[in-house]
Amino acid sequence: MSDSKFTVGRRGVIKGGAALGAGLAAPTFFSRGAFADDHSYLNEPKGDTVTLGFNVPQTGAYADEGADELRAYKLAVKHLNGEGDGGMMNTFKPSMLKGNGILGKKVEYVTGDTQTKSDAARASAKRMIEKDGAVMITGGSSSGVAIAVQSLCQEAGVIFMAGLTHSNDTTGKDKRANGFRHFFNGYMSAAALAPVLKNSYGTDRNAYHLTADYTWGWTQEESIAASTEEMGWNTVKKVRTPLGAGDFSQYITPVLESGADTLVLNHYGKDMVNSLTQAVQFGLRDKQVNGKDFTIIVPLYSRLMAQGAGENVKGIFGSTNWHWSLSDEGSQAFVKSFGQEYGFPPSQAAHTCYVQTLLYANACEMAGTFAPCGVIDALEDFEFDGLGNGKTLYRGADHQCFKDVLVVKGKENPSSQFDILEVVEVTPAAQVTYSPDHSMFAGGELGSCNNGA
Amino acid sequence: MKLISQPGPKTDFSMLLLFTIVVLTMPIWLAPIGAGYPDLVQKFAIYGLFATGFNILFGLTGYLSFGHAAFLGVGSYTAVWSFKLLGMNPVPAVLLAIVTSAIFALLIGYISLRRTGIYFSILTLAFAQMCYQLAYSVLTPITNGETGLRVLQSDPRILDGVITSQTEDGGPLITNFFGIDMTKTWETNIFGIDVQLNAGFYFCAFFLILGSYIAMRIFRSPFGMMLRGVKTNQNRMNYTGVNTRPYTLAAFVISGAYAGLAGALLCVTDPLAGAERMFWTASGEVVLMVILGGAGTLMGPMLGAGIIKYFENILSAFNKSTLEGMLGFLPENMLDGTISVLSLFVGEGWHLTLGLLFMVVVIFLPGGLVEGAKSILLKLTGGGSKKSASAQAAE
Repeated sequence: MSDSKFTVGRRGVIKGGAALGAGLAAPTFFSRGAFADDHSYLNEPKGDTVTLGFNVPQTGAYADEGADELRAYKLAVKHLNGEGDGGMMNTFKPSMLKGNGILGKKVEYVTGDTQTKSDAARASAKRMIEKDGAVMITGGSSSGVAIAVQSLCQEAGVIFMAGLTHSNDTTGKDKRANGFRHFFNGYMSAAALAPVLKNSYGTDRNAYHLTADYTWGWTQEESIAASTEEMGWNTVKKVRTPLGAGDFSQYITPVLESGADTLVLNHYGKDMVNSLTQAVQFGLRDKQVNGKDFTIIVPLYSRLMAQGAGENVKGIFGSTNWHWSLSDEGSQAFVKSFGQEYGFPPSQAAHTCYVQTLLYANACEMAGTFAPCGVIDALEDFEFDGLGNGKTLYRGADHQCFKDVLVVKGKENPSSQFDILEVVEVTPAAQVTYSPDHSMFAGGELGSCNNGA
Repeated sequence: MKLISQPGPKTDFSMLLLFTIVVLTMPIWLAPIGAGYPDLVQKFAIYGLFATGFNILFGLTGYLSFGHAAFLGVGSYTAVWSFKLLGMNPVPAVLLAIVTSAIFALLIGYISLRRTGIYFSILTLAFAQMCYQLAYSVLTPITNGETGLRVLQSDPRILDGVITSQTEDGGPLITNFFGIDMTKTWETNIFGIDVQLNAGFYFCAFFLILGSYIAMRIFRSPFGMMLRGVKTNQNRMNYTGVNTRPYTLAAFVISGAYAGLAGALLCVTDPLAGAERMFWTASGEVVLMVILGGAGTLMGPMLGAGIIKYFENILSAFNKSTLEGMLGFLPENMLDGTISVLSLFVGEGWHLTLGLLFMVVVIFLPGGLVEGAKSILLKLTGGGSKKSASAQAAE
């Protein structure tokens, strides 16, 4: 046996030769039109369709919002392709959308589950970019996820149209050239809420913050604390709670002992439903502290959350990007076609996602291409109307939309299960506008646009 | 005369060669089933490495660690900090991550290995959850909590510009291996299949192959034999006067270093580290991978990692229209029923499919898929292979 170690048989020679031949031939396979870059930009749609990637949370604390976002995206695709009643496409001005897809290409879409985790969100965004050839990614129901996916899209070279993300950082210190946000942010909430709170609760309050422990919670807490302190309030304590905690009782008990008379819940989604419900169950709202009625404030409100919290939202102030009860033409058209499709009114998450899709499609038409750099040029400093928020500006300096902000309050006598919030005040855009180098937003760079090729 | 029948070095070499070819061609043969795109093949390689390392501990010594994700996370954070401070070159990141995670493993292993069985598992789980909590809220300045740690333009990155020319401002921050961007993908067409060959994947594949080779050497070494002894009967080993603790601790540290390396590679392909990587579900996932593929086998963990990652990324993205496209051949009246049943198992329901597969494997193929495949192969070839095996032994 041992002597056969180094002898080479006829078969061995043939096998070796074949392997060698294959090895030599391989480079010719690879080089055939291979490394030559024939794309002018990443995922350029070659056929008669264009693929968009919808990356929303389908599981986790923000799953309800994610489900509604997906409904809105599907509706937007329908309208873009000329099916259905067209929704806000009929009221959107100035619009180049014709209802024949985008640039004549039929719109198709792929979906992914962000699981409200940065890792999972980036993995599914990568799948949509690398495998499915998506030329635009949109979605996200958490600012942590939105920021993570936005920077991925910047590196990869596709457009990111942020969905529901309310952190100052998304268009502040983490802004990116390829990312755009229609939704409002923590600073705007604070600027809109402060005057209303002053009128209702006076200038002498002690606020206790419970804050979701990630970028959105941090920046919203900072914004609310800053504008309430400016009008004379005192911030007693800021407590961070983990995202998706479920049980908040251990955080709520100390509020009673702290001497605070106002609780600010910087929570969203199921977290807000749980913390608000528990705060009410613990009898916070029936208490008298410092001779004043104890109050709760939820700076970022949504109808979905209010629905989840039920009775407990009555009389509680908050702010929202959009509400289905608005009577302008665009909102009505959207509520009508969403209602016809799904049987209930859309949430603010659905609204912002629908609008972002339309804005992206329109920007492609304006630019005459899907190439990110062209789309970015078209979107920057674009002024539009008829999408439910009145006159809106997409500011070029930070890719943030500036529009009116709604201050809402839980209704005392709701007429239906969807009619839970009433709009107290529409704060004009001018009042919530800030300069791009405001201290809460400074420190980031848009960088240059990336076509990915 | 051999105590335990082991394949000879020749079989090992050809197996490794075959493995190398299979790994390197992954983007090609996985493309037809929709899994050949860079992010997923990278995940295959990285989690394959993670599971291979875990198998050195679990497969050989039988110690079931429920906290290996902690080392994955430590490796990730170390790698991102290396990017932030030293620059975007993946080499120092990988080396530092191995060292840091090995130190962590030494500390945690030293304490946890005082107990065996379920107590050991619970101890490691406790440590991992502590690490998770630390990363999530306590050590926010180091880990950036829920938001995740990223490389910023304002970071020092002192080696950038020294080794590579990546000095331009405002450009995307991408890991760069001496001039090659880790996100660089070459697209080509082989036999009518669109193939994406990605630099980051080959970087990971190199470590996977190296890691598998080292694991193979450990399996065949006297050290590996000692570890198997621990698994079989630790008390008897102790009675014969062998102190097994240094051996198990060494195995724990090695597998911790593998996990750290895997964590670093995750950041090499995508420079972001989040605390959720250390959550206990991530620790459980690697246990699933190893058991699914076959604990104690060389290639099993890799296979298990591949199946789970495939399910997670591909099956979870199936929706009704995908199913309609695939089952278009069925008659109309059967189509709706079949789709409504099947759609329970894809999309959000992919966990259900994984659970069922796991149950089937544990109940019917206790040795995992690799053992199952072996026994099926043995049955198919009848006594033939047995005969040749006995002939070899006689020789």
